Amino acid sequence: MRIALVDYGAGNLASVLKAFRALGADVHLVSDVSGLAGARGIVVPGVGHFSATASLGHDWRGAIREALDAGIPLLGICVGLQWLFEGSTEAPGSPGLGLIRGRCFRLEGDDVKVPHVGWNQLDLADRRSRLFAGIASGSSAYFTHSYAAPVVDETIATTTHAVPFSSAVERDLVFGVQFHPEKSGRTGLRVLENFLHVVREGR
Amino acid sequence: MLAKRLIACLDVRDGSVVKGVNFKGLRNAGDPAELAARYNEEGIDELTVLDVTATLEGRRALIDTIRRVSEKLFIPLAVGGGIRSMDDARAIIEAGADKVSINSAALAQPSLITALARTYGSQAVIVAIDAKREGDRYEVFGRSGTTRDRREAVEWAREAADRGAGEILLTSIDRDGTRSGFDCELTAAVSTAVPIPVIASGGAGTPEHFLDVFSAGRADAALAASIFHFSEHAVRDLKHYLAEHGVPMRLDW
Repeated sequence: MRIALVDYGAGNLASVLKAFRALGADVHLVSDVSGLAGARGIVVPGVGHFSATASLGHDWRGAIREALDAGIPLLGICVGLQWLFEGSTEAPGSPGLGLIRGRCFRLEGDDVKVPHVGWNQLDLADRRSRLFAGIASGSSAYFTHSYAAPVVDETIATTTHAVPFSSAVERDLVFGVQFHPEKSGRTGLRVLENFLHVVREGR
Repeated sequence: MLAKRLIACLDVRDGSVVKGVNFKGLRNAGDPAELAARYNEEGIDELTVLDVTATLEGRRALIDTIRRVSEKLFIPLAVGGGIRSMDDARAIIEAGADKVSINSAALAQPSLITALARTYGSQAVIVAIDAKREGDRYEVFGRSGTTRDRREAVEWAREAADRGAGEILLTSIDRDGTRSGFDCELTAAVSTAVPIPVIASGGAGTPEHFLDVFSAGRADAALAASIFHFSEHAVRDLKHYLAEHGVPMRLDW
């Protein structure tokens, strides 16, 4: 059960690889779109600037949309979640994948520091989520980001730093988390495990 | 609400943990991977491995230590000490670190901050500042507190943030190893001057010291070593104490 971890040059993927491997997943770094062939699950990670997602051009978008249509689950992490939306004010020239309506925005507020770095709480929405199975509302997760996604219909968890934002989204086979599950202790590993479960189960 | 972070620092030399008092007088306090696992179980929010040797043999041992420490650790891991170049940083990140902490190299070559931030993102770049009170100024020192720099701590922190640092690790040389409390004035001066998180370090001795640095000191995180290593106050006791006194803490782990 091959999981493709998309490597588009957005920083350090060692921790994500390590976490999936600790859970027994057959995860592979994929830096060319042809590497998606045969994958049963796709993970788009990302730290740093939204503009890095510009490397995920037409070919990647097409292949990822086709995979979704074929029933392959997709998980976006951090900038990977933001990329599921239409775009971000961080890089107005780089469109997102557009699977979820809305644009990401810069976190701002008088009494908070940006970037938002550290452990914050996940306030779970009152609806069924496969990604958060077995996870209690109020659980802590590790964040490090300056931009965030708006709260939308697909939001399954919100977190507040100056303003509430989407700390996780889910719709059918599309999943995204703003926090770093690979750095969020037991809660984070459970999220990754749940994603692997979806991969195994399929739609 | 964003929790205040407790960070355990493992001062490592040739693969084992030591703790300097005022940067001198080292004593052995255990295996880094074992200590890391114990802290993780106790609910520490983050770990920092500080290489206090930075000799060639020591650096090879460090890479192995990072691999061992990070193997089963799923909380953030920062590594500092002797990082001089992009190559040094790459080796450490590839071994499993999430963040690198640079001090003397940032003073000597501030453009390294920006280069690291461009390659790995600001979240991976900590600029460590060792400061000593001189009259009403805070002077910056490099090379493990031995060499006086010309810069002033608050100004240098601002510059580091402008250049792309994601966090500041601020150590009071006056307090380090004394267990007499963090320098809350220094910490508040830097923390209110920069938009990025500030980690206070140097002087932790009692739970009250942490409460002070998170309130009066305006710290976003606090780092300590010996207070954690010798179990005078277990991490979980400290977290519960702080939570009871109104400091937002992560209590589920």
